[in-house]
Amino acid sequence: MTMKQKFGLGCALLGAIGLSSAADAAEQITFVSQGGAYQQAQTVAILDPSAKKLGITINQDSIPDAWPAIKTQVGSGKPIWDVVDTPTGNCLRGGEQGLMEKLDFSKIPNGAAMPEVYRSPYSVSYEFYSSVLAYSQKKFPKDAPNSWADFWDVKKFPGRRALRNHPFATLEAALMADGVAPDKLYPLDVDRAFKKLEEIKPHITVWWTSGAQSAQLLNDGEVDMEMAWNGRVSAVAKEGAKVAFTYNQGILQSTSLCILKGAPNLATAIKFLNEAVDPVHQANLPLHIDYGPGNPKAFETGVIKPERAAQLPSEPANAAKQALMSYAWWSSPAGEAAEKRWASFMQK
Amino acid sequence: MTTSVPDPSQKHQRREHGLMLALVSPALLVILALIVLPVGWLAWQSIYHDGFTLENYRRVFTEDVYWRSFALTFEISLAVTVIALLLGYPVAYLANSVPKGWSIVILSLVVLPFWTSVLVRAYAWLALLQRTGVINQFLRYLDVISEPLALVHNTFGTVVATVHILLPFMVLPLYATMQKIPNDLMQAGASLGASPSLTFMRVFLPLSLPGVLAGCTMVFVLCLGFYITPELLGGGRTVMVSMLVSRNVELYNQFGAASAVAVVLLLSVLAIFFVVSRFISLDRVLGQK
Repeated sequence: MTMKQKFGLGCALLGAIGLSSAADAAEQITFVSQGGAYQQAQTVAILDPSAKKLGITINQDSIPDAWPAIKTQVGSGKPIWDVVDTPTGNCLRGGEQGLMEKLDFSKIPNGAAMPEVYRSPYSVSYEFYSSVLAYSQKKFPKDAPNSWADFWDVKKFPGRRALRNHPFATLEAALMADGVAPDKLYPLDVDRAFKKLEEIKPHITVWWTSGAQSAQLLNDGEVDMEMAWNGRVSAVAKEGAKVAFTYNQGILQSTSLCILKGAPNLATAIKFLNEAVDPVHQANLPLHIDYGPGNPKAFETGVIKPERAAQLPSEPANAAKQALMSYAWWSSPAGEAAEKRWASFMQK
Repeated sequence: MTTSVPDPSQKHQRREHGLMLALVSPALLVILALIVLPVGWLAWQSIYHDGFTLENYRRVFTEDVYWRSFALTFEISLAVTVIALLLGYPVAYLANSVPKGWSIVILSLVVLPFWTSVLVRAYAWLALLQRTGVINQFLRYLDVISEPLALVHNTFGTVVATVHILLPFMVLPLYATMQKIPNDLMQAGASLGASPSLTFMRVFLPLSLPGVLAGCTMVFVLCLGFYITPELLGGGRTVMVSMLVSRNVELYNQFGAASAVAVVLLLSVLAIFFVVSRFISLDRVLGQK
């Protein structure tokens, strides 16, 4: 074969690959979540069934913090992702900054049927988790701490403590410890919250930064009580550690699905978004991981058994004991200022 | 060139230089594409965001969060450097004075931890230092302490693990310098009646100083950029500059705010190199000949 012939063959092959991927492109999307056990659970419960039902290919990607990548991708004018599963606040501020597609809910009937607090013009809730008060049952076999006021009470509940090194949920907990009712938190009284945090600061052994770290702290007995995400605590408990948590005064948080502005497969992305919050797919998620469905209609499908539902953060009775985080407040100027204040609080 | 007569070896030399340049050009291109351009682009973003701005630098130089982090970072780096020197010097000295076989054993022990990831080593230190960790359990078993000591989730734990990680960067330049000190000099000192400690103080130590400076510079500069270790072992309170960089990406949603911090750190490192280079030629720090 001469050089020229080889070159010609190469071009033909490349062309063939190009053609076949072009054919696929019409029916595929790139979906991004946060990886780990959580993304695997979704793959089984939601992504694979949705792909099958819609006859599309879902390419998966994962990133712990999608926000900088969203900024960069949309900023470049040619995003490669379509749908992102990210903390709801990212969808909201992304929407405000023109980084997200405004959703046409007439094409998303499953989303339109969800209560209004569960969606925004740019996003629909995808799953719920909660920042809860977790404790060691070894240290507190009975009379365990049951509220943030208890967590702040170092006399009645001696022991080592950890909080998340982040203002989200931590400021809410401080205000509840100071007597604010869970449904009267917003707009947050930031000064009051930081003042209350100063009180507990000398008693905090660790300010954790990752979920894995919070689990390790509790598991190894490095701390006796801490704020942690419910799924992390139950995972540690399942492995035999003597730990428990309460949903009382938990801070209910969510991730949402949103679509990047100028997503390469917009039409398919919208079809997928609708399918992903289908009550039955949503009901399947908590069968694989300790997170609650983003669509409350999932609890009416009968897929989630009552005893399982009782363990989930977004189950109506559990949700009633908790504070629903206002992402709208956190992405407001006041919320952003509170976030910036956190660093100077930590270093003082 | 002093000679004006055409010299065939000169032509040859020029050809060789051209060949060398051709050989290193791929590496230079990679460095240009993967380091110089991105770093330059980031630095540009720190002064240009929808127009020219010094806002990012104003913040770095006026808000005390930054000042505290820079001060803490330099304090930790200094502590790590001093401890690494105190621990590393005797090791290098020993490796230099024992027979070749043994020195290989010692040096492999120094380099061995290199092959384990920094993350794994940080977790290993956590397992050793935490409240229910090996050290506290052992001390309690011996009844030396009644309450577990706070060995980690603070600056102490960070310094211990960082010293462990950076120790090879101290030992290797020290060893290389000590290797070049002729043994005859010690013997000469001894034959003139000096005690071993006096020959060490008067002859060996001064001759090993370039190695000390090289090792200290390496350790200090590397420590300035540490991220994983303080993040995992600092308990959230040990906020080093690299952590500010990542925090600023989250907080300000633009790279400029973060890269301004990185630029200030980079310039401090270059300043350190500049000061050090006035005392010692940089090739000795960067590559032992």
